[in-house]
Amino acid sequence: MDDRGRVRVTTGGRPPRVAEAPVAYIVSAILLGSAFVALLWVPSYAKLTPDLGGIPFFYWYSLAWLFINALCQGVAYMLLVVMPRRRRGLWP
Amino acid sequence: MKFDAVAFAIFAILFVFVTVVGFAAVRWRRAERLNSLDEWGLGGRSFGGFVTWFLLGGDLYTAYTFIAVPGAMYALGAVSGWFAVAYTILVWPIVFILMPRLWSVSHRHGFVTPADFVTARFGSRFLGLAIAATGILALMPYIALQLVGIQSVLQVMGLGSGTGIVQDLPLIIAFVLLAAFTYTSGLRAPALIAFVKDTLIYIVVIAAVVYIPIKLGGYDKIFAAVEGHAKTVAAAAAAKHTPSTFALLPSAKSYWAYATLALGSAMALFMYPHAVTGVLASKRRETIRRNTVFLPLYSLMLAFIALLGFMAIAAGIHTTNSRLAAPLLFQQEFPSWFAGVAYAAVAIGALVPAGIMSIAAANLFTRNIYRDFFRPAASHAEEAQVSRLASLVVKFGALAFVLGINTQNAINLQLLGGIWILQTFPAVAIGLYTRWMHRWGLIAGWLAGMVYGTVTAYGVSTPTVAHFAGSTAPIPFLGPTGYIALTALVLNLGVSAVVTVALRVLAARTAGVDATQPDDYVVDLPGTPLAPTFELAGTEGRRQTI
Repeated sequence: MDDRGRVRVTTGGRPPRVAEAPVAYIVSAILLGSAFVALLWVPSYAKLTPDLGGIPFFYWYSLAWLFINALCQGVAYMLLVVMPRRRRGLWP
Repeated sequence: MKFDAVAFAIFAILFVFVTVVGFAAVRWRRAERLNSLDEWGLGGRSFGGFVTWFLLGGDLYTAYTFIAVPGAMYALGAVSGWFAVAYTILVWPIVFILMPRLWSVSHRHGFVTPADFVTARFGSRFLGLAIAATGILALMPYIALQLVGIQSVLQVMGLGSGTGIVQDLPLIIAFVLLAAFTYTSGLRAPALIAFVKDTLIYIVVIAAVVYIPIKLGGYDKIFAAVEGHAKTVAAAAAAKHTPSTFALLPSAKSYWAYATLALGSAMALFMYPHAVTGVLASKRRETIRRNTVFLPLYSLMLAFIALLGFMAIAAGIHTTNSRLAAPLLFQQEFPSWFAGVAYAAVAIGALVPAGIMSIAAANLFTRNIYRDFFRPAASHAEEAQVSRLASLVVKFGALAFVLGINTQNAINLQLLGGIWILQTFPAVAIGLYTRWMHRWGLIAGWLAGMVYGTVTAYGVSTPTVAHFAGSTAPIPFLGPTGYIALTALVLNLGVSAVVTVALRVLAARTAGVDATQPDDYVVDLPGTPLAPTFELAGTEGRRQTI
């Protein structure tokens, strides 16, 4: 019990998570960082063409990254949350 | 404007419905008692993935967004309007990285506000006070702008054109109801109303992006009309030897502005206390992270809403008040009854964030000012009661603000709010990873960022607006125009680092005590079983899970 009268529950002195699955962390960092590179590098997409059904490139490219980024986050979630859980046999 | 009876009837029915939902929310997932901030202010920290999705979406995509983003697209085009799309995409990777740690440490220590975390992490209630004060300052005008959103739709419906009290009566009624059900139900009320709000918004937006383009002849016609409009504006500006005010694409001069606005706003969003409230109300650590895969759906909605501004140009809407662009488009293109649904969506869209913001501001006052400075021994019941009263003060303060002062001041202050709130990033976000920064270093950096940001924003002018004309200014030493908040943050970090190094040399023993441990940041980590339930000693025996 700590000084506020609460029972402390530690996470059991597990090894650092990054060292446990370095590839998962590196891949996740690249996935999560990609949208920043794509959307903040404005000159790469501030163009009218090629258009998509009359929608200028600038607009539909931004929206395409909305979906790509959501997908990247989904993969990162699998790598960082679902797979460690499976490794420890805690799935479902 | 002419009074539209059909639209108003639909609007009123939907509004009465959400009021009933708001009061009924007190029974939803009913707790033993509402007598603690965990219950009143965080909904018992009990929300699963589904509720959290609606709550965060309802919380972050506000009525003002629905009015201001199409307004900016209508009046100014891509740089001021469309950057919001890039910003609301980039916010989710940031949430993915930061928020699980904040959730865990807050869960272990019972933190309710981001300032609670900072106070414990750096052992400084004065740093906590700076964070709390910034939060309250940034939230007040934001709440006021929700009222401006409601005002815009009331105006288009033909209400609010009377004089004096009659003019403001609908707005006052809406806000009194909001205040009453937030007081009784706490966070449960906006959480439950968020279901209605988001459903209505999705219906309206999907209808708008399908139906209106069909009427206008397709997206190619809309963009062709906008391109024509951009050329007309540019030609008129060239004749007067001034830069064009409308942009279909960011130009070489505005690349930095676009990128820094998107990045700075994305970093700032989850520093807002009401966003943190939505995160801390979730039941499990990974609820938020899983949600970031699905929350971009709201960003897609925002993109569609932004395009309404372009549709308004193509539909030939003419108004000098760009905030009316979207409501006027609804009025012109939709049948009355559906326009009523759309107005209701905007107005209800104002209630959810205004409710959560007032709860967040009240919690900051209660925990980080009232308790930390005046009543360290305050019981949980006392905290909840103070917070309830404070939420009333906050809301009526915002109402008085909107009714008493002109709208432009509220907008200026909200613009400043974004700049201010980013100055809490070093303590809140970087603090999740390291406490290398000295507490007084953080305070010094915060002060430098606040002063620089405010002074610089004050100095931004256009030929028609003398001060606070925008949130971008030339970046010192670099030259291009950029978001003031981000420049201020760089200064903030620089000052923090210098003061930290100086204090380590001169006064090594003043660093403060860290009340958190490394383990605290990974509570409920995937792969570990959820820790057993325990009793919070001496706090009315409420059971809590960590």
